[in-house]
This record gives sequence, structure tokens and C-alpha cells, in this order.
Amino acid sequence: MKRTFSIGGIHPHDSKISRECEIKPLAIPPTVYIAMGQHIGAPAKPVVAVGDKVKVGQVIAEPGGFVSAFIHSSVSGTVKSIGPRKDLAGNPQLTVEIAVEGDEWLETIDRTPDLVTSIPEDGKAIIEKIRLGGIVGLGGATFPTHVKLSPPPGSKCEMLIINGCECEPYLTSDYRTLLERGEEVVVGAALIAKALGGVPCTFGIEENKPEAIAHIREIIAKLAAADKAYSGLSVMSLKKRYPQGGEKQLIDAVMHRQVGSGGLPISVGAVVQNVATALASYEAVQKGKPLFENSVTVTGECFPGQANVMVRVGTPLSFIIDQLGGVPEDAVKIISGGPMMGRAIANLDAATLKGTGGLLFLTAAQTVRKEASACIRCGRCADACPMGLEPFLLRKLALAGDMDSLESNAVADCIECGCCLYSCPANIPLLDIIRLAKADVMKIMRARAAEAKAKAEAAKAAEEAKKSESNG
Amino acid sequence: MINTILWTVVTVTALGLVLAVVLFLVAKRFRVEEDPRIDEVEKVMPGANCGGCGFAGCRAFAEATVKAASPDENFCPVGGNEVMAKVASILGFEAKEKAPMVAVVRCNGTCGNRPKTNEYGGYPSCKVKAALYSGDTGCAFGCLGCGDCVAACSFGALSMDSATGLPVVDEAKCTGCGACSKACPKGVIELRAKGPRGMRVYVSCINKDKGPAAKKACAAACIGCGICAKTCTHDAIVVADNIAYIDFAKCKLCRECEAMCPTGAIHGTGFPKPLDKDAVKERIRKRNEAAKAAAAEKKEVEQ
Repeated sequence: MKRTFSIGGIHPHDSKISRECEIKPLAIPPTVYIAMGQHIGAPAKPVVAVGDKVKVGQVIAEPGGFVSAFIHSSVSGTVKSIGPRKDLAGNPQLTVEIAVEGDEWLETIDRTPDLVTSIPEDGKAIIEKIRLGGIVGLGGATFPTHVKLSPPPGSKCEMLIINGCECEPYLTSDYRTLLERGEEVVVGAALIAKALGGVPCTFGIEENKPEAIAHIREIIAKLAAADKAYSGLSVMSLKKRYPQGGEKQLIDAVMHRQVGSGGLPISVGAVVQNVATALASYEAVQKGKPLFENSVTVTGECFPGQANVMVRVGTPLSFIIDQLGGVPEDAVKIISGGPMMGRAIANLDAATLKGTGGLLFLTAAQTVRKEASACIRCGRCADACPMGLEPFLLRKLALAGDMDSLESNAVADCIECGCCLYSCPANIPLLDIIRLAKADVMKIMRARAAEAKAKAEAAKAAEEAKKSESNG
Repeated sequence: MINTILWTVVTVTALGLVLAVVLFLVAKRFRVEEDPRIDEVEKVMPGANCGGCGFAGCRAFAEATVKAASPDENFCPVGGNEVMAKVASILGFEAKEKAPMVAVVRCNGTCGNRPKTNEYGGYPSCKVKAALYSGDTGCAFGCLGCGDCVAACSFGALSMDSATGLPVVDEAKCTGCGACSKACPKGVIELRAKGPRGMRVYVSCINKDKGPAAKKACAAACIGCGICAKTCTHDAIVVADNIAYIDFAKCKLCRECEAMCPTGAIHGTGFPKPLDKDAVKERIRKRNEAAKAAAAEKKEVEQ
């Protein structure tokens, strides 16, 4: 029997209608808008000034903290402005606007198509190159990759899992990447495994992508025959189930290990990286090419121009859509990402980010929200929750504002996958309410942690002062 | 038979007496000393337990006020000066008069002024909506219209006006507890001094976008042009972050700013007569001319 994660999960129709569309490079827009908050963590700080000439791949912003990443120019041209601009949600965000002139790349980027398979011996050097390449997790969370590859002291990585599940319906960019750029993805995976101390690496791919599974198996066999560095790689075919692409679910499926409440994957010895992240790591380490373009699936039943396109970071969404034939008439909702975890776009003038994985057009019939009725305590949401939570209870506690009980019922473990909402027969907007409660509870938890830290530091300082006093 | 009843009565009575003595001794031994004034203060409180004072309820307010070194720092916004005078007489301090406050909705983004740019189909709560995105209009600052403030009000002073899509404050019922202003994720509702006979002038906009962007999003937006600040002779208006703010402590209710505002973002309420904009503008023009003439004269004299 094929493996999958042990609790919860749902089976939405996969709707991968763009699965046969090859990834094609999209035209470069006349202007790009590169936001400084491309990743989770502190926004980057711009290092260019208005009027500066930049080339493709040039650093335009530095990390703004430990959990942050470099940002590179995705085009060549002149910096036109640096200031707030409305993002996908309509909220202002610091953005660097670059007027495009030609397409001149930095000389340090190797643009030849040759595959570089030799793995450097020094893991630290690989991580440093990934850091300088501004690589972030492209599975959706955009967590800076170099931070994930530097496990905290005391923890040890035992396995690298490459996430090729793409369990979100409609999205096909990872699938196409596996098929078209499989060699580079495999080398990238081997590089990341090396950076983690030469750990074994498993590709987790769902069984609805048999071509990808066979293709990657073939590549690994070929590379392993030539180079011993590739002998630790393998592919695991997984049963199709949403949200298998969730980090903790994938670890459960592949390793049969469960990450405890509030724990990180590294606590069970696992690191998970997305297929696209592996490709970006390959390009950064072997080709000197930082992350400034990513593949985006543009799809939807009502969208005739569906495609998988390679897009420069900062391309306005309206430009992408215009290039592919414009917004279809019967589309009422455009979602950034997949239908389960993606967010509706309020502002089409917004630009893509490193983590933008899809643009999905939905018709009125597909987006209708049925009227909610009373909870009958059938427990389907609790059955569907892949984190083992009780969404009906969390909702009730959230509406009552009972933050203590929310915390003790592990609302902070919610991965916002939407399985509860999907499975609710009463159409109760469970996730909308729980997501908000989670944010509130996490704010309280962070404030408490900061307070405890400050207290501990003050106590330590006082103790040291006492010590030096008694010594002196 | 009668024996059984007799024994039962005697045993139970004896048991009762013994336990009564035990209870009496325990009560005496472990008695909690409580300031009797706490009960007295609680009795004069409004009893709404709204939390507007910053304490968990009226009892908590009473306890804190009795224990506080300077009790006049605590203030019950619902009871106002009347209740505070009573509290002061119980505790023996002098109550400071505070201007009564009222909730003011600082957004005039009505359906007419602020066209919708998208349709929100999610959970009808301002908090949820604000966490998702900037809202269904071009303005990322104004009222979201889902009525979290109405739900937060324990006095029934707020209601949503279906014609404008904005909340309306019933001044007679509003106690100024501030629950609505805390519930609003956008910070649209401000507590302002009620003003003499309910007369107030305020900027009904908090859009921090630059002028053209704000104007595009909403016809009644404050564009931060600063005309009001230049007009004001009482130094009550500050323009910062492309938004004007009228300090209600300094405002003398002359309504000159209201007449001069090009977008109508400044509102005057509670005035007996409607504002005659042309007359006020004429008055300002004459005053400016006189000032100019005086300045020119002064220059001439100096020369």
C-alpha cells in the first residue's frame, strides 16, 4: 500500500488542466515592481537609489534581519522610484520600481545550458551561495532557505525531503519543473543534502504524476551510476491526498514520524524543500544565478490561455494576464496560488513575488459561498484536520474570545489548509474565524516569550553585576 | 416509631450545633479583611461592567480606586462626572471634572463617495476582513462596514446605516466607554470631547495616502492639502502623513476650516445653524486682506 500521512486530509478534485502546458518564458514587462517583503520574516532593505542603473541579478536589497533574504533585480534598467506601493491585498508595501532597458545580465551568471553535476565538498559554502542567491522556500511559505539549512545547535538532520506533491488543485508548475528540468532539480537536491551534512534525500511525489516519478527515478539512476554523490537519492510515490504538501504531513508520509505540537521538522530530523527551491538552489550554487524568476501556473476552467510561464519577479499581474489573453469575461475571482490556500487578489496592478505559484480564474458558480447553518457537531472537520485539531471547538472558543482555551487546544498548530471548511456540511466559515484567533493567540504567545526573555536577561545581568561586585 | 423520630431530631440538631460552632470559629479565624468602602463605591457605579475604565468590571474598578494612591486618576467614562463626584465623596478626594467623551466615526466613505473596487464574499467581520486584505474599496484606511463596532457596543448606541454603509453613533446612548474604538481594526472610531451642547468639528477621514490617491479612492477624503491648518487661527489643526487632525482641546468651533475644506472632509455636528460657507469664506478673505494691508503698511513704515 502506498504511503500517506496518518490523520485527516481530504480528496478535492485535482483539476490539473494545465498539466500538458510547457513552461514558457514570459515577455519582460516595461516596468517591474519588486516588493521588499518577498519572504517570511523581516523585509529586506533597499541598497539602490533612484536613478541607479541595475543589471539582471544585481543585488538591490539586503536582508533586514536574521530571518530575511537578499533580493536581486530581475531586469536590467534604471531604478525609477523606491516607495510604498499596493500589494496583492491592497496594503502598501515598500517597493523598488525599475524601468526596463534591454536584458543585460551580470557577467557572473553562467547562461549556458550545460548541466554541472559535480557537488562541492564544503557544505557551508553551498549554504552561503544559497544565502547570497536570495533563495526562499518556493512551496508557498517563502521561508529563507539558508535559515532552514542551518539547523539550531543540538539538532541533527537525518533526511532531506524534496516536496514534489503539489497537492493544491490546479497548480502544475512544480510538475512541469520536474518533467522539464528534472536533472537540475536532482542536482539541486543533492546540493541541499550535501549542505545538510550528506544526508539521504527522498523525493515525495504524489501518484497522480506517474510521468514525473518515472522521470526523476531515471535521472537519479543515471546520475548515481556516474557519481557516488547521488547514491543517497530516491523517489517515493505517495497516495494522493490534500494537504500532503504540508511540511509536517509530508514528513509523516515519508518518514512515519510526527512533529510534536509547536515543534519544527528538524525536531524529528527532517528538512523539507520544494522542487522549485531545489532548482533555484542548483542555479544559485552551480550557475551563479540568484532567484529572480519563478514559474507560475495561470489556469482556470474559464481561462482559455492557460499556461505555465517563467516570470521575472516583480512582473505586474495585469501584464501576465494581458500577455495570455486577458481576464475572461465570466471570471469573478482571481486567486493568487491554489484554490485551497491561495488568497483572492484585490489589486491586479500588484506584482509577482518570489513565491507566487499560480493565478487561478474562477467563475461565479465556482466561488459561491453557501449560507452557513448551525453546527450539528458531526465532527467531520475534526476528522479532516490533518493536524488533529478540533475546528468546531476552536471556532466556538474564538467567537467567545477565550484565548487561554484556544492556546491549550493548540490553535497555533493550525496550518490553515482549509480542510475543515471544505468538509463542513453546514458551510460554516471555520477557517476564517480560526485563522484570526490563531493570529491573536500567536501575538500573545510571542509577547509572553519576549517578556520572559527580557526577564531572564535582566536576571542574568543582575547576577553578573552581583558577581563582579563580590569579586571586586 | 416515635423513638426513631426523636433520635433523628436530636442527632441532627446536635450535629447542626457542633458544625455551627466550627463554622463560627473558622469564619473568625480566616476572616478576610476588606475595605467596606469597596462595596460602597461599587454601589454607586453604573454596573454596566463594560470595561471602558480599563478594569475588568465595576467591582474591579472599585477595588482599584479604593486602593490607589491617587484615586482621581481612575475615571468611569460611563458614569462620568456625576458618578465620579459620588465616588470622590465616599473616598474623600476631590474629583477632577473631565469633559464627557463621545465616539466619533472618522470616515465618510459612503457608498456614493467611495466606489467599490471588488466584492467581499468572506466572513462578515471587520477583523477577519482586515486580516485578509485592505477592503472592498480603493481606500485601505476607512470603515470596512461589517459592524464589529455595533457588536462591541453594550449600550446599543451604534447602528449600521444601510444607505451609507457606515456606523452611526446615537449620542444620547453613547457613554464614551471606547469599546467600539478598540473593536475597530482600522482605528476609524475616535473618542472625542462631546463639546459644548454637543458641538464638535472633526476631520472625518483617516486616509494616509497622498492627495491624488486618496481622492481617487474616495470623494470625501482628506487630501492633506493643509488649507485647514493655514486657515485655523487657534493652532488646533496639525497635518501629518497626508492627513489633518483637529485637536478638540484647542478647537474654538469657529468652523472656518470646515468652510475652506475643498473635499468636505471636515464635519461640524451639533450646531444649531447650518454653515454658511460663502459668508465664512468672505470673512476669511477680508481678514487676510486686512492682514496683508497691515503687513504692507508695517513694511512701509520700516522703510
